[in-house]
Amino acid sequence: MLKHKVLSIIGVVALIAVMSILPFFVREYYVEILIIFLINVILAVSYRLIATTGDWTLCHVILMGAGAYASALMAKYFGWPFFMTAPLAGATVCLVGLGIVYPLLRTVGFGFFITSLAVGEFIRLSWIKFHIPFGGPRGMIDIPEVGIIGPIDFYEAIPYYFMTLAITLVCLFILYRIDRSRIGKAFKSIYEDDILAESIGINVGRYRTFAFVIGSFFAGIAGALLAHRLGAIDPHIFALDEMVYLLVWVIVGGSATFAGPIIGVAVMTLLFEWTRPLLEWRPLFFGIILIGFLIFMPGGLESLIPKFTRLFGNRKAAQAKAEQPGGAEKSVV
Amino acid sequence: MAMFEVRSLCKNFGGLAAISQLNLEVDEGEIRGVIGPNGAGKTTLFNVICGVYKPTKGKIAYQGKEISGLKSSQIAERGVVRTFQRTALFHHFTVLDNVLVARHLQARGGFFRTIFGTNRRIDIEQEKKALEIIDFMGLSDLKDELADNLPHGHQRALGIAVALASEPKLLMLDEPVTGMDPTETQHMTGLIKKIRDERAMTILLVEHDMKVVMGICDKISVLNFGKKLAEGLPKQILENPDVIEAYLGGEDVVALLG
Repeated sequence: MLKHKVLSIIGVVALIAVMSILPFFVREYYVEILIIFLINVILAVSYRLIATTGDWTLCHVILMGAGAYASALMAKYFGWPFFMTAPLAGATVCLVGLGIVYPLLRTVGFGFFITSLAVGEFIRLSWIKFHIPFGGPRGMIDIPEVGIIGPIDFYEAIPYYFMTLAITLVCLFILYRIDRSRIGKAFKSIYEDDILAESIGINVGRYRTFAFVIGSFFAGIAGALLAHRLGAIDPHIFALDEMVYLLVWVIVGGSATFAGPIIGVAVMTLLFEWTRPLLEWRPLFFGIILIGFLIFMPGGLESLIPKFTRLFGNRKAAQAKAEQPGGAEKSVV
Repeated sequence: MAMFEVRSLCKNFGGLAAISQLNLEVDEGEIRGVIGPNGAGKTTLFNVICGVYKPTKGKIAYQGKEISGLKSSQIAERGVVRTFQRTALFHHFTVLDNVLVARHLQARGGFFRTIFGTNRRIDIEQEKKALEIIDFMGLSDLKDELADNLPHGHQRALGIAVALASEPKLLMLDEPVTGMDPTETQHMTGLIKKIRDERAMTILLVEHDMKVVMGICDKISVLNFGKKLAEGLPKQILENPDVIEAYLGGEDVVALLG
């Protein structure tokens, strides 16, 4: 157990080290890709947090959009700096999430999935319909950049990358702590058996709300990071196809463990870049991947990890584990 | 005054009266059996008490305070917790995690402190308590096993451990020995007695196994078609002609028990 913990810590540190030197070895275009990758990681991991309660939504990308619009509006009309608008965008999306989760709570499972699509589209259509302040179908342009803070110009890709990396790590740390905490366990217990959870004192409605609102907050942060990098946003960026990509990431990576969605985003981003020449074929290609995973590997790529550790891990541990249940059975009852 | 009281309770599903005009009083420390033929309304009674269904009419009071109309989680908070007829567990959790989740009500400690792990002391305390309950139910050797992998008897025991972990004062057991062989049944019967004696709980027990019911209940209430048919000591129930007629179709109960 302890050995496992040490190995994971070494793995995480190594990963952070790689992420810290990577931008210096690739072309600027790929640094931009890495920035989007990190934003997508926040999006996918916060999506999984909501999904641990069993609530799969179709409006998470819209919530990211709400964060993008909120941050862009605050920066553009009030002139507030990014480090103020980003958390405020998160808070705004919390409120949006709180508002839309109430009707959603009356549904479960597939009903929740479809209702969240409807509620999300309602929000997106309001961006299209209201030219003031959202800019209608053309969206918002000239969103202020993060600008120059001290000696660092965040217009440059590499500084923006490191800022995004730092924010991503903080977000992931908080999300991880929630996942491992008593609260995260309560979320998962709702997915396992909501009636049992309620009967032992877990207020299912409150915890589903809580998961949704926390997920919304981080989607908002991701949106703010996106808006200030792109400089322009429009309702189309947050359309349903983006949501489908998010689903592909989480399903390909797997949603049972914290690392699953991160693996999913990483693998699919690579595939996305490699298939750039096959532009028109891409939706077909991704559709096949999605169906293939749902049928042949419903646990996602993360479900391979225990298989590998069993293959290469020490045999002794595996043996001890195999003997344990049989030995215990005799001693009880 | 009784610790737990049901006053003229009615529950209708459409035109069907699953429970009608039911009165029930349970004293502290009692093991009360609720028996009746299939469809008599026993499980419905449990569901109404625990807030899964709202009563059509009537009142449910626990320690003098009304609990009808509250959510299950609020009722659990007040100290009334039930187990399920089906094997309800968090199947993909380990045994320890099953019990730890149920310590939820006892482990309050603020959102930020919970997340940033400055609550170590509470966590350790909760784990100790959870292990104690697992040990009490005789599951110590299986604490790291997934609930799904346990044999049926142990799963039923874990179901009760989960309920115990939320520290109820009134524990409602819905057919705890369903699907068990005689040895397991005997073991479970012993455990139920032990729960009452050592953990100072009041128990409301729905069960079909008459041997179990007659063996451990202080008092028995018999339901039939949602109404109370009889109430009394086990011996009185065995001799009650109405019960024999309704429940066992006129056969001799004593003979049936062997």
